[in-house]
Amino acid sequence: MTVLARGGDPPKPPEHGGPARPPVPPGLLAALETVRDPELDEPITSLGFVASCTVSADGDAEVRLRLPTYFCAPNFAYLMVADAYDAVSALPGVRRTSVVLEDHFASDAINDGVAAQAGFVQSFDGQAVAELDRLRADFLRKAVMAGTDQVCRPLLAAGTDPAALLAMTLGEVPPSRALTRLRERRAELGLPAGDDAPLLIDPLSGALVSADALPLHLRKAKVTRISIEANGGICRGMLRHRYDIPGQGETLLSQIPEEDQ
Amino acid sequence: MYESNGEKYFVVDSHMHYWNAAPDNWVPGAEQYAEGWIKCFHAYQGLGPPETHWSLEHFEKYSEDDLMKDVFEDGHVDVAIFQPTDLKEWYKEGFNTTERNALMGEKHPGKFIHNTRFDPRDSDAGLEQLRRNVERFGSKGVKLYTAEWNNGSRGYKLSDPGAYRFLEAAQNLGIKNVHVHKGPTIWPLDKDAFDVADVDHAATDFPELNFIVEHVGLPRIDDFCYMATQEPNVYAGLSVAIGALMYARPQFFARVIGELLFWVGEDKMTFGSDYGIWEPKWQVEGFVDWEMPDRPEFADYPKLGTAGKKKILGLNAAKLYDIKVPDEFQLPASAGTPGAQEVLGEPVAGA
Repeated sequence: MTVLARGGDPPKPPEHGGPARPPVPPGLLAALETVRDPELDEPITSLGFVASCTVSADGDAEVRLRLPTYFCAPNFAYLMVADAYDAVSALPGVRRTSVVLEDHFASDAINDGVAAQAGFVQSFDGQAVAELDRLRADFLRKAVMAGTDQVCRPLLAAGTDPAALLAMTLGEVPPSRALTRLRERRAELGLPAGDDAPLLIDPLSGALVSADALPLHLRKAKVTRISIEANGGICRGMLRHRYDIPGQGETLLSQIPEEDQ
Repeated sequence: MYESNGEKYFVVDSHMHYWNAAPDNWVPGAEQYAEGWIKCFHAYQGLGPPETHWSLEHFEKYSEDDLMKDVFEDGHVDVAIFQPTDLKEWYKEGFNTTERNALMGEKHPGKFIHNTRFDPRDSDAGLEQLRRNVERFGSKGVKLYTAEWNNGSRGYKLSDPGAYRFLEAAQNLGIKNVHVHKGPTIWPLDKDAFDVADVDHAATDFPELNFIVEHVGLPRIDDFCYMATQEPNVYAGLSVAIGALMYARPQFFARVIGELLFWVGEDKMTFGSDYGIWEPKWQVEGFVDWEMPDRPEFADYPKLGTAGKKKILGLNAAKLYDIKVPDEFQLPASAGTPGAQEVLGEPVAGA
């Protein structure tokens, strides 16, 4: 028996008499949840970018992705399609994978390139000189800065002296989803992420943050987080205007507390 | 002019358009791009209040009368600055060209400022066109869209040698203000097209030009803020920031404005409606009424008072464009809250 066939409860009927959708195999959705929009640092599922995902009895998986605009940046779009392809095709029981990006100016180049496992440079022949690893790392560093704010802000609100943050380790921070996420992003970049690793580091060099640089570091962390979250808000609004049907696994705005919006 | 609570605001809409994106203007073979572009804009309008939404058909091509009513009669705007975007690869006569804007604007003396544009990839012919446009339309500003497609090329950077040649020529022609709009494509595609580092370079090398980064560098507000702090001639164009966030995402809007007040300061922020994406009326009225939420997480942002709002809505842009503002709208010299650099001093700029 495969992961995909082991789906939990039988699918529920649609709540408001809307169109019935084929059940989504949990393993498939879980795989897509590991794929993030590199700019927004959020799963493509909760963002609503997964229009549909199915897998046949024979193990043919088909994923259709959609983005907030026709002109979303093609490099990030490519990364999401390629990552979705990798995540789904690695699932046990999947024999063949097809990931299709819909309604985008570069759909053909991206879909064909990912299907052929051609890499970004070859998919955009003549328009790119390097693969996207550096771009991805740049945005992981932003995610680390934003995550630093997410972890530090509650500490400061609870009365922790900013200077005390300099001496704190990750192990000394109370556990939270934000902390787990920060550790994961740091680990992806090859930065220290264990219990004894310092809480505040420069995401480029990995160096400790000095007392002099602390106020600016925290300010930059905050503006990075706000920038990413504001973009996420705009993207969700644009997506809803473009497609009125929620995506598979989408977290609707109404489900996000206003404080986090 | 807008009056509220006994305060009078002189309103300069520093970023607006008069476009034709209707199917009759689509380039054969490029219809999908022309349609994709205007539908993307239309989706942005969806982030404004529902009662201000237009049908797609109206949005594709609004009339001169619509514009005059929406912007001046209803929209409280005193002077509007046309910002052209050519996109001639997709739109036969261009999307929103210097000519289209100016031919309309010339019928309404004193109401409009006609900015022009250039594209460094147009080389000598582009320089000649720039010279003619400045001469004919009196342009004091240019709008640059770095992601424009041109003859197989997908965009350029402001730091390219070709762009420097144009910036130098523009400066010699009397251009003072460079409005920069980043878009999703650029050569090479593996780089972040929205990166504002090229604006940083150009702003350093052309200290006599002002660089107004439109849409506050969205989606790179963080990079923009940090860069703007270090460059005295870089401004935050608020088009899209107000339109896309003030109604749809008020929490984010407050945070974004707070960050801009902190890093950039109220002396270097300029209002733009981005009409016809959004009408100015609700933006002007909403911004005048807007206040930073009175909660602890907003407490470390500079305050924005009436004086600051007057600067942002019109007085700052009036200074950039030498627009004569009647005395009744003027502020005393020291009014308002100082910008970020005065607050933070050396540590930010030197870090």
